[in-house]
Amino acid sequence: MTVTVERGARTVGKGPAVRPPRRPGSSYALFLLPGALAFLTVIVVPFLMNTGVSFTDWQGVGSPEWSGLANYRELFDDSEFWASFRHSLFMVVAMAAVPTAIGLVLAAALFDYVGKHFGGKVAAVLRACFYLPQVLPIAVAGIVWSWILAPENGSLNEVLKAVGLSSWQQDWLGDPDIALYSVMGVMVWVQLGFPLVIFMAGLQRVDPQLHEAAELDGAGWWRRFWHITLPQIRPEIYVVLTWCTIAALKVFGAVYVLTKGGPGGATNVPSYFSFTTFFEKTQVGYGAAISTVLTVIILALSLIGLKLQTRAEDAEEGARA
Amino acid sequence: MTTVLRRYPVLIALCIGALFMVVPFAIVAVNAVKSPTEYAQNGPLSLPEGLYLDGIKDFWERVDFGRKLVNSVLISGAVAVLAVVLSVLNAYAIGIGRIKGRTWVLAFFVLANMLPQEALVYPIYYLSKEAGLYDTRLSVIIVFTVIQAAFGTYLLSSVLGQFPREILEAARIDGATKWQVLWRIVVPVSRPTLGVLLVFFFIWTWNEFLLPLVMLISNDNQTVSVALGVLQGQRLMDATMTNAAALLGTLPAIVFFLVFQRTLTRGIAVGAVK
Repeated sequence: MTVTVERGARTVGKGPAVRPPRRPGSSYALFLLPGALAFLTVIVVPFLMNTGVSFTDWQGVGSPEWSGLANYRELFDDSEFWASFRHSLFMVVAMAAVPTAIGLVLAAALFDYVGKHFGGKVAAVLRACFYLPQVLPIAVAGIVWSWILAPENGSLNEVLKAVGLSSWQQDWLGDPDIALYSVMGVMVWVQLGFPLVIFMAGLQRVDPQLHEAAELDGAGWWRRFWHITLPQIRPEIYVVLTWCTIAALKVFGAVYVLTKGGPGGATNVPSYFSFTTFFEKTQVGYGAAISTVLTVIILALSLIGLKLQTRAEDAEEGARA
Repeated sequence: MTTVLRRYPVLIALCIGALFMVVPFAIVAVNAVKSPTEYAQNGPLSLPEGLYLDGIKDFWERVDFGRKLVNSVLISGAVAVLAVVLSVLNAYAIGIGRIKGRTWVLAFFVLANMLPQEALVYPIYYLSKEAGLYDTRLSVIIVFTVIQAAFGTYLLSSVLGQFPREILEAARIDGATKWQVLWRIVVPVSRPTLGVLLVFFFIWTWNEFLLPLVMLISNDNQTVSVALGVLQGQRLMDATMTNAAALLGTLPAIVFFLVFQRTLTRGIAVGAVK
């Protein structure tokens, strides 16, 4: 670090020695200019356009006609729309709640047992195995799983046959009663690595003396997990829950590749619903209304998440002080 | 003594769990090298009798996989570099320049990052058609540069907010301009964080699906993710080809993972705490 600074200082030292004192913070705004312009073009303008279009009856060609709240009123009565949001809640369970719960136990077990008694290498290898699905493009994960879950010659059904559970065989993605649960299972597999890695990083902050003292007092592993580990990594839990809930509400690629929202809309989710409304039915105004509602929900949840997170951090700092 | 014995069941349970996570990769690899007849006779669970690479070769040629790889590398690479540059410029103004109203500017970037792409996709599709950029790799590069830079700005601003002020003061006394301070001091000192961002932006962009699916419709411009997803959606492939596709789609991800594993886990930790 010092080397860099010296090099920098020497090169720039050739400039004029005395300069008029600069007002702090004045011309720094110039550095923000490219970013601000790019943001305006790629995010702000399209977002405002989308919101505007949601109040019109637009088919994507010709000029949009103002229709006020008609799209939103239609949404309110649209059972397909409500179903897609209900499926979203299932996705929140599969992508946020379950991975967080399993991730916590796994992280604590890897940290307490494996890391301490079998070495950091073993823990790192196991962690890598759990994290691996996270680096896979969702399209590829979809290919892998739709083949594993295929009704004929699918690996899962073959395994069930091999262990004598033929009666458990299913058309995992084709049966409307099961498809949503199958997609949920795949999403748990995809998502698990993320909370695990974050929680393992967070656990390194926890003071080992707390655990040692509790252990001497005769507290078992579950009690220590519940009363020491969990409260200590609460900030990480909030971060993970917020991020994963948002990801669950936005889930698109997995549904597109695994089921295309089917069978019979059994796995339709808002983002896939808006996608088909935009590009297959070309009801752009209606699609915009769906995505606007989705945006409002996501932003509201993000704010709640951020709030909980800062409150947890404040509480933690208060406890330390 | 008994406590040591009690630890093995935990280790074994964790190993079984880890195995369950990697088994899908293993059966894909095994079935990608089986011939269609062998697959039809023995099913998906048998070990391959020999090495049959025609499935992979056929698939490669059929989807022009080399071309898709080039597209993905080009798009993800360009986005990673451009988004890091944009993030640095933004974060320099916010974290070090401490411009007026920086909390609001930062909140704005955070919200932009949390917006669902569904709320942007149709206008972006429409505007890019108007601008003559539809179905070009450039359009995807521009859009993801901005989206990734939103996260980069958020993360880097807090990192640069804690940049040692003495170094900046020293340079300023020596007469360095803001531009010189940025490129000769701030960027070199922050290199580890910038590296993390570079890797993340590359992989995130590589894995993106919705916007590339909408924007890149011609075969010549598609990325690996889109090409595989579209093929799967059409259900045109037989089992051998499906596995060839899955294997070829997985390999780059595994390579990134092995090469960048440290960066990835460190980066997640950085992102989580901030």
